[in-house]
Amino acid sequence: MQFFFEVLIGGLLSGVMYSLVALGFVLIYKASGVFNFAQGAMVFIAALAYVTLAERFGLPFWAAFGLALAAMVLIGILTERVVLRPLVNQPQISLFMATIGLAFFLEGLAQLVQLWAFEDLSPRPLRLGIQDAPIERLMSDFNVLVSSFDLFAAAVAAVLVAALALFFNKTRIGRALRAVADDHQAALSVGIPLKYIWAIVWSVAGFVALVAGLMWGARSGVQFALTLVALKALPVLILGGFESIAGAIVGGLIIGASEKLAEVYLGPYVGGGIEGWFAYVMALLFLLVRPEGLFGEKHIDRV
Amino acid sequence: MNTSKHAIIGLLLAAIALFAPTAQAQQAGTQFIGITGYRVGPYGANGAAFFSGFIDYLHLVNERDGGINGIRLSWEECETEYNNTKGVECYERLKTRAAAGPTAIHPMSTGITYALIDRAPADKIPLITLGYGRTDSVDGRVFPWLFPLLSNYWDAATGIVKFIAMREGGEAKLAKKKIVLLYHDSAYGKEPHPVLEAESKKLGFELRMIPVPHPGNEQQSQWLQIRQYRPDWVIVWGWGVMTATSLSTAQKMGFPRDRMVGNWWAGSEIDTEAAGDAAAGYYAASLNLAGRDFPVVREIQKHVLDKGKSQTPAKTVGSVLWNRGMAAAMMTVEAVRTGQGKFGKKPLTGEQVRWGIENLNVDAARLNQLGFGAMVPPIKVSCADHGGSGLVRFQQWDGKQWKAVSDWMSGDRALVRKMVEDSAAKYAAEKGIKPACLSS
Repeated sequence: MQFFFEVLIGGLLSGVMYSLVALGFVLIYKASGVFNFAQGAMVFIAALAYVTLAERFGLPFWAAFGLALAAMVLIGILTERVVLRPLVNQPQISLFMATIGLAFFLEGLAQLVQLWAFEDLSPRPLRLGIQDAPIERLMSDFNVLVSSFDLFAAAVAAVLVAALALFFNKTRIGRALRAVADDHQAALSVGIPLKYIWAIVWSVAGFVALVAGLMWGARSGVQFALTLVALKALPVLILGGFESIAGAIVGGLIIGASEKLAEVYLGPYVGGGIEGWFAYVMALLFLLVRPEGLFGEKHIDRV
Repeated sequence: MNTSKHAIIGLLLAAIALFAPTAQAQQAGTQFIGITGYRVGPYGANGAAFFSGFIDYLHLVNERDGGINGIRLSWEECETEYNNTKGVECYERLKTRAAAGPTAIHPMSTGITYALIDRAPADKIPLITLGYGRTDSVDGRVFPWLFPLLSNYWDAATGIVKFIAMREGGEAKLAKKKIVLLYHDSAYGKEPHPVLEAESKKLGFELRMIPVPHPGNEQQSQWLQIRQYRPDWVIVWGWGVMTATSLSTAQKMGFPRDRMVGNWWAGSEIDTEAAGDAAAGYYAASLNLAGRDFPVVREIQKHVLDKGKSQTPAKTVGSVLWNRGMAAAMMTVEAVRTGQGKFGKKPLTGEQVRWGIENLNVDAARLNQLGFGAMVPPIKVSCADHGGSGLVRFQQWDGKQWKAVSDWMSGDRALVRKMVEDSAAKYAAEKGIKPACLSS
């Protein structure tokens, strides 16, 4: 039983890590109704910007974080100006395709930055000063293994969600953003500055990508594989709903816990390695029952 | 107007991409080498180190010696991203680039190797899989076009078991011990399964095999299982980000790193540096020595790097994978040289190069002459044995660099040979191949 809880807690905490990435998708989806294929690349480039400033130029944490954030805001503004603005009122699929192109561009740019800063493409260790080691107390008293880093990540995610929820629900920009998500043209017609809103939301998504990149990078080094963490976020989004911040968190927790439990308890019967696709199977089943996700908005189209 | 303007720009860009000459495009009268490499994607850092070493050595042969007996080398690198489909595409593209073919292909991926097993013989192009690939292809009577040079995965696995036995105080002590194989869930990771199962039966240790899904940057559930199982040793069959993540997750789970042994693809600086402090104490089997203290490295520095002929970053020079790439290029070059001895000093076809590889003999004296010294063990290839010495050397990461902790040693060669022959015979029967040596 103790092992079951260990797997469950570990899974929930892994799920928080997925949620961190999923949040970035939700933001963009809320504002432009598009699945941002470049979110994984944004996580990579954000983490790389931080590690370049901190390791290559020896800046202290807050300075490196601030400048990396500034870089992400710049990327957000440029994305709006160069990629999105020409596509206002175009079909959603065009926007989606544009984000695929953006992903390739950012991946290439990140590798160029890495070559320039560190000469090669080796993974860069990222140190946040929090040991990814078991908490001694829990270990000795209850023999339950919980990593202090995982708890830290969970706390960061909680703060992030609270801040985003406030931003969306309590600020003018937040409300404007929800209007934009509903209908570009209608939002424009009531005087909501679409360009401005998009630049903001892409910048906020850049901020979320930076936080996710730091968390993931601290665990396995800053490297190209960070772009693939986005794959883990997709089933989370399907489960939680593309438009809901709470959904990203709850979806992450459900996916994290169930894929770990499945890997540990079902894996051995089918040769293991089911973690890679189990989340997708769950998402697929979920689609059959509740296509809009747990917290997604139900759209009724009149025909 | 706008649409047609865009279309014209698009067409122009496409035309430039199609017809732009590559840096080292194939030139008439040269020995053209097709390179299926990878420098981008999750395994790009590892691939970049290997292929930089490979190409730097080719540069050296051209710059210092004017080619192989006067036949200069030319090459083209095609990006596979360690992806099987792209690997096949690159192979198909490279084979058309020169009249004589691409010399020999180094797929640098066990998955791509498997994808090419049927194509290569049909095209008469040899595949060199140095330290990877399909293990039973050591039997050249069944696999005349495949060359798993130096060592293979079964030699590695049995070598690792022997190393663990040494640490435990003898093979008899392995009975009742528990060993976990933590493997990359791919053709590469599955390759050692049969031989480890055989070793487990023979020596009496308990074996559990746990897969890690690609790319391996999340290993929570795998390590929870390991924690519950409480093994004495964990063998890491990792590649790319998987190895560093194994090390950091082991730390997170409180599993001692000096009870973990990687194979030679999970034992480079790239893996350990990314894991930071978590890597200290970790062992790995090595196929070649790292370091710059070899004459050939100094020669490359002088004739290639100092002259600005290569883009290789200074810190990559002398790393585990760079040295391995250089050794792989050296064997290709020596095989062509051997082939030239029989077929004449001209660009050789795949068939002629195949003969050259099968008759390759790089002994200790020749290694010294070439400036490799003890970087790799000597190698002598024959029709029956397309492999090599099977020797491995163990090293330990001390937190800053790899330190050798054993001499060159071999695993259970008799067991490996028997399994190779059985497996190759089975393959031959399935495919209707009549085992035989090719005469030319």
